[in-house]
Amino acid sequence: MGLRTYIIRRLLFIIPTILGVCLLIFAVVQILPVERRVMLFIEDVKMIGAKQQIIEIYGLNQPAYVQFVKWMGELLRGNLGWSEVANSAVLPAILDRVPATAEIVIFCAPIIILVGITLGTISAVHRDRPLDHATRTLSIMGTSLPSFWIGIVLLAVFYGGLGWFPPFRFGNEVLLYITSPGTPWRRYTGLMTVDALLNGQLWIFLDSLRHLVLPVVVLTLIQTALIVRVMRSSMLESLGKGYITAAMAKGLTQKEVINKHARRNALIPVVTISGLLIAGMLTGLIITETVFDFPGIGSFAAQAAIRLDIAAVLGYALLSAIVFVVANLIVDVMYAYIDPRIRLG
Amino acid sequence: MSKKLKEFITGLQPTLRELKFSLYRLKRSPLSIMGFSIIGFFVVIALLAPMLAPTPLGDDPNMMPKDGFLQWPLPPSNVPMRISTYGGKYFQQQFAHPFGTTKSQYDIFYGCIWGTRNAFRVGIWVTFTSLAIGLVIGIFAGYYGGVIDELMMRFTDIILAFPGLILAMAMVAVLYPAVSRADAVLLALVLVGWPGYTRVIRGEVLRVKTEDYVEAAKAVGCSDLRTIFKHVIPNSIYPILIIASLDIGSVVLTVAALSFLNLGPPEGFADWGQLIAFSRNFIIASPQDPYKYWYTYIIPGIFIFTFVLGWNLLGDALRDILDPTLRRK
Repeated sequence: MGLRTYIIRRLLFIIPTILGVCLLIFAVVQILPVERRVMLFIEDVKMIGAKQQIIEIYGLNQPAYVQFVKWMGELLRGNLGWSEVANSAVLPAILDRVPATAEIVIFCAPIIILVGITLGTISAVHRDRPLDHATRTLSIMGTSLPSFWIGIVLLAVFYGGLGWFPPFRFGNEVLLYITSPGTPWRRYTGLMTVDALLNGQLWIFLDSLRHLVLPVVVLTLIQTALIVRVMRSSMLESLGKGYITAAMAKGLTQKEVINKHARRNALIPVVTISGLLIAGMLTGLIITETVFDFPGIGSFAAQAAIRLDIAAVLGYALLSAIVFVVANLIVDVMYAYIDPRIRLG
Repeated sequence: MSKKLKEFITGLQPTLRELKFSLYRLKRSPLSIMGFSIIGFFVVIALLAPMLAPTPLGDDPNMMPKDGFLQWPLPPSNVPMRISTYGGKYFQQQFAHPFGTTKSQYDIFYGCIWGTRNAFRVGIWVTFTSLAIGLVIGIFAGYYGGVIDELMMRFTDIILAFPGLILAMAMVAVLYPAVSRADAVLLALVLVGWPGYTRVIRGEVLRVKTEDYVEAAKAVGCSDLRTIFKHVIPNSIYPILIIASLDIGSVVLTVAALSFLNLGPPEGFADWGQLIAFSRNFIIASPQDPYKYWYTYIIPGIFIFTFVLGWNLLGDALRDILDPTLRRK
């Protein structure tokens, strides 16, 4: 099977899954009374007063399959309902907050992957020696750390105690500067660090970095452990292979054998868990952003859940499920690209 | 009779040898000893909770007692104080606050001790319910195969598409007035938990069912039920037991996180996540003494961390001991 056929096949496979995800959310919604369910169909302020009409129009008192078809139609139009927390439609409310979250992820992901791969390699090469025990202990501790707790401890030390890294996304001066009319601030990407540099405002760039440090540190601490574990075991497997012995016998240095022969092959399983990493991020961000009052999609989802803003919560759940499914598809395709045995087998 | 007994004992020999070998492996690994001791320690705390932190007369033992109405925390002290309860009733009993008090004068010591019980209850309940559901469906799907297998696997695909915490949040928001938040969290965690077990057990059953001993059992006329209980389950259960022990820790972590987000039990419930949620108000004390209220977040945090660490170490140890592909290397 060629790579193209493989991709097409996998694409066809995710359609039922996404449809199933929608069906599951729809089933959950059926528990709610009509007056609350109606929030899933409203898309602007004016419609809130006309709930009764909406119930009529979308057939909310008709059989479930009619409702499902109409709801799917709305989803395809990009209407996820009305969020009471954001006081706007759900989709724009979420899209509005994506850049803030993306900024954390952009700084976090490379650190997680690099540190994870390095520690995993070290651990495997020094198997059952002190360095290995230390790395394994660290990674078990990382998976056991409650992210909200470590966030609070870091805040207490670096904000309450030292005053270095404050919560929220920007300081007061920056907020004042970018919101007051007349200042030459243009929003290019929504990423504060990038926008600050494009606007030539170094102080805003530094301020944004200061606010990003703690969320990035917490997310890294929690997520790296997974990569370390997978990298260690796949590296161990790779080191036991015949071609490693062959490379050694050829007289290559240990460094060359590890970097060029063992690690390259050991990286493949790490690619496959990046899907899990994305799920972990989507979850971890909810807590991390809440702890640091960071105005991204995660803290938005948390507020929405507390205030029973169902359209926003379900919209977030739906979008994250789709992100997760698509990410896994990309991972599978990458895997098939790297390792031909997968698509040929 | 004595011959039968002898046969029984000889039959037991390999099992005993296995057990001895397992114990030997266990003793050799310091991390697994640590895991077992941590969990043992928490079991003792949970069992002795009524003695370590007696409940004020007539109160719900799961609710933390309150000592007065002061909003800010008071430091640990051994000076007994009169305690009032969350309901505002006064008692003449004398209580000290060895870990101090947190927001609204909830006793941290009481919360930590009884929180241990609640952590065990939540972790074990969620894990075992998911495991039981996963076991039944996984064995059924794997053993009989066919359309039902295919349907079940597609269904697990759908559930596994949701990150657990997010689905739990959605469930809480939807179920809230009808089902209490704490119960909604538990239901949601079972909902997202069982597909993982189903997958693993199904895979194991698929592997086991082609083995010679299963064929042999069928050939001598064992019923399906007997084959499943006597031959399939004992040979396919270890992987999910390992996953379960790792899961208890992560379930407790997720529940604490939800409780921290205010999506858990009601205020005053003895629960570690809630104690940490309270402490959010006190991370900035005063410029002179920024760490004045350290006890409100450090102490409950250590409880959660060591508890989860214990289960993770235990799971790792079990994997080393039980997984035959790993251990004799």
